Amino acid sequence: MQQAVALSGSPATRRSSPGDAIFAGLARASGILVLLLLGSLILSLFIGGLPAFRQFGASFLWSTTWDPVKEVFGAGVSVYGTVMTSILAMVLAVPLAFGIAFFLTELAPNWLRRPVGTAVELLAAVPSIIYGMWGFFVIVPIMSQYVEPVLIDTFDGIPVLEDMFAGPPFGTGIFTAALVLTVMVVPFIAATMRDVFETVPPVFKESAYGVGCTTWEVMRSIVIPYTRVSVVGGIMLGFGRALGETMAVTFVIGNSDHINASLFSSGNTIASIVALEFPESGTGSLKLSSLLALGFILFVISFIVLAISRTLLRPKLKV
Amino acid sequence: MSATTSTARGIPGARKDLTVARALGRRRHLTNTIVKVACVAATVLGMVLLASILLSLIWRGAAGISLTVFTHTTKPPGSGGGLLNAIVGTLIQTVIGTAVGTPIGLMVGTYLAEYGRSSPLANTVRFVSDILLSAPSILIGLFVYEIAVEPFGGFSGIAGCIALAIIVIPIVVRTTEDMLSLITPALREAAIGLGAPKYKVIVQICYRSAMDGIVTGVLLAVARIAGETAPLLFTSLGNLNWSISLGQPMASLPVTIYQYAGSAFEDWVQLAWVGALLITFGVLAINIAARLLLRRGK
Repeated sequence: MQQAVALSGSPATRRSSPGDAIFAGLARASGILVLLLLGSLILSLFIGGLPAFRQFGASFLWSTTWDPVKEVFGAGVSVYGTVMTSILAMVLAVPLAFGIAFFLTELAPNWLRRPVGTAVELLAAVPSIIYGMWGFFVIVPIMSQYVEPVLIDTFDGIPVLEDMFAGPPFGTGIFTAALVLTVMVVPFIAATMRDVFETVPPVFKESAYGVGCTTWEVMRSIVIPYTRVSVVGGIMLGFGRALGETMAVTFVIGNSDHINASLFSSGNTIASIVALEFPESGTGSLKLSSLLALGFILFVISFIVLAISRTLLRPKLKV
Repeated sequence: MSATTSTARGIPGARKDLTVARALGRRRHLTNTIVKVACVAATVLGMVLLASILLSLIWRGAAGISLTVFTHTTKPPGSGGGLLNAIVGTLIQTVIGTAVGTPIGLMVGTYLAEYGRSSPLANTVRFVSDILLSAPSILIGLFVYEIAVEPFGGFSGIAGCIALAIIVIPIVVRTTEDMLSLITPALREAAIGLGAPKYKVIVQICYRSAMDGIVTGVLLAVARIAGETAPLLFTSLGNLNWSISLGQPMASLPVTIYQYAGSAFEDWVQLAWVGALLITFGVLAINIAARLLLRRGK
């Protein structure tokens, strides 16, 4: 039957066959649905947070008070915690991820490339709650017994560092949360960097080797300049993950409503305070609205970071 | 320009130049070695961390595995419960979430690869889908709370399924689009040349030849949502009793792990480790299966 249609009809009539129109319409509608989904996500968080924004005004953004009893809420502590843990995690994760990506693309013998690459990808697939449990039961004891006391003693007496590494070594807190986040985002960044490094045309690298460059010189003078933009994109992608990570952080951050100069003190991130305090906030309460407002702030921050990351990454990894 | 300098340097017999060149060479090779060692160390550290996570799961989780875990539901501390309702709840929500999200993701991917391509609408959809792919999952939980829990007066399994379906969509979109755009034009042209309408070309030719890749995407999505905790906290909430009703709060492994691991009861913490062991190895097994499938496809 299709053949008959094809033979009898001109291309114009074929294009208007009902099956085609329906299928194309469905595909287009699904595309629009995705747009609506993100639109309503933003809108619902904003509307939900509106009572809190109205009550506290713009100062909600930087106010560091979080007092459920007096019903006074501010985002300052959790925004600080979110940004602090994520930046700290990136400082630790970027060199580590770079090392792994460098190893996978230039150093590893062929037989090792696939197993190590797969292991990195599996590390990225482990559910975040597992990182949380592992952090809480394995990392926290190590931190409180060995790492934190040593760091506190080492930096004792040095002006700024003394305050950054101070306080009782509970094991939980901003620093431990950043460590667990580091372990979580390293595989993401490493895998992206590896994919980006592999886009460098072999001829470029071969010419550099040909004039006698060492592996590191090829990396520094050929691969990195060629992929710089996308590497930053990959780092931003990891940063976006770290900002919104919930379960891994909730277990180890210690949940406190105060900002403390010490990295070993407890804190909060937007995601962790939402997860922890949500069950205690009634429908329609100002607290729930404040949590939704926090969600809106987190969305705006991660949207910006992810949008930058995508703009930088797309041209390299996709046509 | 460089020709003269390089020949000048290359003239043999200039001893001073040779010493400088040798010293420089030594320094270059030292730097190279240091960087190489650091990179190997970074990789070893990464592998040690993966091993540490898996070993601590096996170490603490395997001790608690027994038949009771699979035959009994969660019970108050000290009365020897299992994880049956959590396991079943995770299966139900994962299956429904995948079943709802996959067709939508498939159609969006088809739209991007076959219809929209680089039109302004398609570019916007691609951008938004990429944002959704990496958006914090806790926000998806809050969103579904706003649209499917609060208006209907309670937490429910169906709300959990919606949240998971939203996470599935962008994963399937990405793999479907990638796989469809890899198909050789000749295959498509051959089908069109036979007079098949476009939708038949897509469904019967393109989908078939991209099947392995599309299934890989779905498997990766399943692996991702099976371990998701944050979006379920505000939607299906968790349920310590046996319930498979989608209108009621529904238990799930990740949420049960979250509740149990933070508790002060030893048997609950033990069960949390068992749950963590099950979910991690389940997720990793699906992941490996997906990768093997993709490799076979290539």
